[in-house]
This record gives sequence, structure tokens and C-alpha cells, in this order.
Amino acid sequence: MSLASEELRYVYAVCRPLDAPLAADLTGVGGVPPRQLAHEGLIALVGPVPERDFAEEPLRRHLEDLDWLSDTARAHQRVISALTSVTCPLPLRLATVFRDDSGVRAMLEEGADRFRRVLDRIDGCVEWGVKVHLESEESRERPAEAPTQDKPRSGRDYLRQRRSRQTAQDESWQRAEVFAQALHEKLSRRSDDSRLHAPQNSSLSKAPGRNILNAAYLVPRAHSEEFVELVDGTKDEGQESSGLRVELTGPWAAYSFTADDPGTEGTRADGTDTGTGADQTERSR
Amino acid sequence: MTGSPSGGLPGPYGNSSGGANLADILERVLDKGIVIAGDIKINLLDIELLTIKLRLIVASVDKAKEMGIDWWEQDPALSSGARHKELSQENAELRRRLEELESQGVLEPAEKESREPRK
Repeated sequence: MSLASEELRYVYAVCRPLDAPLAADLTGVGGVPPRQLAHEGLIALVGPVPERDFAEEPLRRHLEDLDWLSDTARAHQRVISALTSVTCPLPLRLATVFRDDSGVRAMLEEGADRFRRVLDRIDGCVEWGVKVHLESEESRERPAEAPTQDKPRSGRDYLRQRRSRQTAQDESWQRAEVFAQALHEKLSRRSDDSRLHAPQNSSLSKAPGRNILNAAYLVPRAHSEEFVELVDGTKDEGQESSGLRVELTGPWAAYSFTADDPGTEGTRADGTDTGTGADQTERSR
Repeated sequence: MTGSPSGGLPGPYGNSSGGANLADILERVLDKGIVIAGDIKINLLDIELLTIKLRLIVASVDKAKEMGIDWWEQDPALSSGARHKELSQENAELRRRLEELESQGVLEPAEKESREPRK
């Protein structure tokens, strides 16, 4: 244990004891394989990380570094993803770090009730992400490109053109919102729970168009195939009705459903205007 | 992966693994997932995804652009440049229309303008 002072413990997730082994070649943060630390019927998936990178000061500095952050985030997700293929883990937020194993055990002990409650709630489920993008909007936003052809002949024409462009944009927005809302209601009925997240910035995600809906659905594994088919079915529907693109990601671990009390956090979003309110509630904690 | 304990679960869709979309991963690992106070106290709870993006961008604009993270340039709330561009486009358009109307004699040129008086 002479290394104890130089190594910290990075915790990826908490789960029930595994029925199947993790892939032997799985590596996590720093290229090190994670191991299971059991305590009172719960497992913490932990990996050793060097203090020079994960002590408070260097960690803070690293978080400013896009390369470091991307690598770490991918490593974190790689472990969670592998774990999700053998169980329904409770993923911890990035960079949850303890001094040593006893710190991790204390954490498991302290949070045992909370972990068990949430693990029960997400048992047998995975998370599917569904986003809707409005693709055609950007092209409409550059009307100035061909000014000679439809040059307004009078001030009134100019204003009329301007207004009709605005109206067209409003209409496509409205259609998009109606579509997104209907889709969300449909998917909510086919899932155990759902969360509406803030729309992603399209440039960050490199997804063309504008993100209208960014939702997560908690779906039993047994019903996942149906769920995927349901989403696939709406893809054409959206495409035909005015350039709406439906994007499905997953299966993810139940990242969006880890809060202890579903009553106060987020929503059982089968209502109508729960979107931003729910997200803010979650964010303001 | 070993075996198929997931029982008929469809294979990964989109971005949850492999060449995953960084935005989707960051959104989840930084903004979702259970928050536990570790021994190392970095309050990620206070660091919203947006804040992190902004700080990253300040730290490394070129890298961010390379990855397609340049949304702040188009966002009027974040970029005075974008707002300015928007306004000056509209200004130019209005000025053009005004000149056209004046040249058609629909409108008298405004006298107090520093324009060339046409007599």
C-alpha cells in the first residue's frame, strides 16, 4: 500500500453484484481496467487514478482542457457502456474521486438507501435519447443571398416579403413544435419515465439544423426493440413533414434518471408544458 | 462484448459508444448521472455544461472551432459581432430602400441628413 498516497480512486458507477463478467480488455480513465469494490450488497466500479491528475488543483486545471476532458469523458462512458451491457448501473457524474478504498466504502454505506431506491427504479431499463432537429430553417435564414431576383419593387413589397419570410419561419417552427410534442407524448406512453433536456446547440453536436426536442426515455430492455422501431417509424414521418430529423441514441445507462425523488425532480412528462420547467428544476439543484 | 446478457437489446444506435458524438457524451457525463460528494471537491454541480463549453472555448478557440464548436459566433447573446452583423445588414437594406424611394421621387430627401442635396 505504499502507493496509496499517490493514487486516488475514481468511481464510475454503483450497481448490484454482476451476474456476468465485464469484458476482460475493458479500460477506463488513464487506460486502467476498472475493478469491483463490494460493500454491503452494492458494487462500486472503481479505477486507480494518479493524484497528479486528479487532486483538486490539477483536476480543476484539466477540466479546462478540451482534449483531456474529451478523453476522460469517453473513457468514463466506455466503462459505463460496458457495464450497461451486463447490468443496469447507476452512473456517477464525471470525476467523482476518493482518496482510497475506505472512502469509497464509506460512500457506499452512507448512500446505500438512496442507491438501492434508484437502482430499483431503473432496474431492467436503459435510457434512449431522442432528438428532433429542424433542418430547413438555416436555408430560410439566408434570404439575402439572391436579392436581385425577387427584388422588392416598393417599400410595401419589401415589408411584405420580409413578413412572409418571417411567417414561413414561424410556421415551420410551429409545425416542428407540434411534431415534437406529439412524438414526445407518444414515446412517453411507451416508456417508464421521461426527461426533457435543454436543446443541444447544433454546432456543438455538429448536427445540422436546430434542436427542437432533446428528450431521454427510460425503457425496459424487454421493450427496447419496440421502442426503437417506434422511433424509426417516425423518422420518415418527420422528414416528409418539413425537414424534421429524428435522431435516436442509445442504449445509454440511465444517466438522466438517477435523481432520488422523481416527484420533485424532472417530470413524468406526459403533461403539456413540463419541458423547460423540469430541466430548470433539475439544473437548479 | 461478452455474450448477450442484455437479452434481445438492439445494438447501439447513434452515438452511445465507439465514435460517439462528444456533445451527447459530455451532456450525460457532465450534466446527468448521480452527484456524490467525493473526497476531491470539484463542484461539477456548479459547472453547467454551457459554462464548461464557454470556458473551454476561451481556453482553446482554435481547438473548439476544429471540433465544430463555434456556435457563440452566431449567438447574439454571446457575440456582439453577431448582433452587430444582424443590425448592419438590416441597416444597409433600409438605406438602399430609402435611396430608391428618394430617387423615384416618392419621398423628399431628408434635409437635415448630410446627404448631397439634389436641387
